Amino acid sequence: MSSPAVHVAGLERVFPARRGPGVTALAGVDLDVAPGEFVSLIGPSGCGKSTLLRLIADLDTPTAGTLEVFGKTARQARRDQDYGIAFQQAGLLPWLTVTGNIELPLTLHKIGRRERQTKVAELLELIGLTDFAGSYPDQLSGGMQQRVAIARALAESPRLLLMDEPFGALDEMTRERMQNELVRICAETRAAVVFVTHSIPEAVFLSDRVVVMSPRPGRIVDVVDVALRPGERDEALREDATFFAGVARVREALHGTSVPSARGVEHR
Amino acid sequence: MSGVPAARTLGAPLVFGLAFLGLWQLLVVALAIDPFIVPAPSAIAGQLLDHLDTVTAGALRTGANALVGLVVGAVIGVVGALLANAVPVLDSLAAPVVAALSVMPIVALAPVLYTMYGADVDTARQLVAALAVLIPIYVNTLRGLRQVRPVHRDLMRAYAATPRQQQLAVTLPTAAPYVFTGLRVASSLAVISALVAEYFGGPVGGLGKSITSAAASSNYPLAWAYVVGSILLGLAFYVVALALESGLTRHRRP
Ligand SMILES: Nc1ncnc2c1ncn2[C@@H]1O[C@H](COP(=O)(O)OP(=O)(O)OP(=O)(O)O)[C@@H](O)[C@H]1O
Ligand SMILES: [Mg+2]
Repeated sequence: MSSPAVHVAGLERVFPARRGPGVTALAGVDLDVAPGEFVSLIGPSGCGKSTLLRLIADLDTPTAGTLEVFGKTARQARRDQDYGIAFQQAGLLPWLTVTGNIELPLTLHKIGRRERQTKVAELLELIGLTDFAGSYPDQLSGGMQQRVAIARALAESPRLLLMDEPFGALDEMTRERMQNELVRICAETRAAVVFVTHSIPEAVFLSDRVVVMSPRPGRIVDVVDVALRPGERDEALREDATFFAGVARVREALHGTSVPSARGVEHR
Repeated sequence: MSGVPAARTLGAPLVFGLAFLGLWQLLVVALAIDPFIVPAPSAIAGQLLDHLDTVTAGALRTGANALVGLVVGAVIGVVGALLANAVPVLDSLAAPVVAALSVMPIVALAPVLYTMYGADVDTARQLVAALAVLIPIYVNTLRGLRQVRPVHRDLMRAYAATPRQQQLAVTLPTAAPYVFTGLRVASSLAVISALVAEYFGGPVGGLGKSITSAAASSNYPLAWAYVVGSILLGLAFYVVALALESGLTRHRRP
């Protein structure tokens, strides 16, 4: 069998403090994400979801533990451009147009003009911003900016997508549309996804497995297998009993942790 | 800038300026004030029209010195800031020099520079202008280079961008508005410094020299005409720098 997209064992990240023992953002985290698998991280604010994602992306280094991406070190995987990433903030370059922002990774990696144009047109269509191709980020709403950031993450059709609350700033309508699109993209590209969210229904709708985390120290308290067959994730699922069962199980797992820690999670 | 706010930003000072000139003219005539105290605007305007060719020539001479100084100072300032940003040791080495230069009245160097480079060339004036603009441009550029947002730095790292790519794609565009702000501040400084440096010697022909010689021969309205020329020259530099700044950095600040 091929190596997992992400392999994490005994992962720990302690942020040193000037005085005192420091902040243990993550402790003893074990997680495997198979190629093509969709895994959501859910948990209250400050439980280390972003930290875990940054470690996988090699934007930060663990203080202990093993971390492999496609069987390589995280550093090598980053060098090989094995993942695409969308941050909690859109992080667009304000001096580039929407087109310039989406094609930024392609430009940096010296992809030809013709190929870039085709790709950008396709992605603009996907995020529904074709009419805004020449606009600058300061002319877009927060939700539109976030969609551009998602398109940028998808630009190189990565095998692994790391997404930190990418739909947090979107209205409910756009959010559901983007969720459906994400399901479609993942089915098409067979990309593995590590997806951070605060929304239980979103996690259940999108994921093969939902990883429930708790804070101080950040650790995994439960992994809920949603176990929906591929092709089942369509609009009908949102009304389906399996879906509600999944939501209930994730909610239980979250509340199974101490009650105050369940704060900061949206129950919608 | 759209039409209406532009009319408002330009209109108000224009009305104020015209009212001010009218009042000035009225007072000088009504109180019969001597021209060596303050000449009437009409007298100054008359001299300005009569000597339009020498005022223009003077403005071109001083303007050329200011421009050479501005360009040289800006290039050194920007390159220096890039180096200081890349090599932290250079930054700490430069800090005391920068602090000393920023409190020093640069024109005070003019007499020394005239003796060094000879009083028959414009080099000393250009150097004074260059030194005057160096510090604001250096300081602003260095600040700009340090404004890169963490999320942009993460993004470049995620794309495994080379240091050079990061510099071109993120660092320089982030710094650009700050460089242009420095340039706008420096543009007026360059004109003032080049002009005042002429008071301390050097060849004739610039606006500064013309002001002193007209005043020395008691032709006060003419001296004032040259002052008006200086103001227009400074304004021209400032407006060009401002246009560059707002034109090139329109979408820079999110
Ligand atoms: N650079 C840092 N320096 C020090 N402490 C940090 C740093 N980054 C994160 N932390 C700490 O690590 C913990 C986890 O932070 P993290 O950003 O991963 O949480 P999160 O689960 O993403 O929260 P949210 O849902 O609010 O985004 C927090 O207690 C935070 O204070
Ligand atoms: Mg976070």
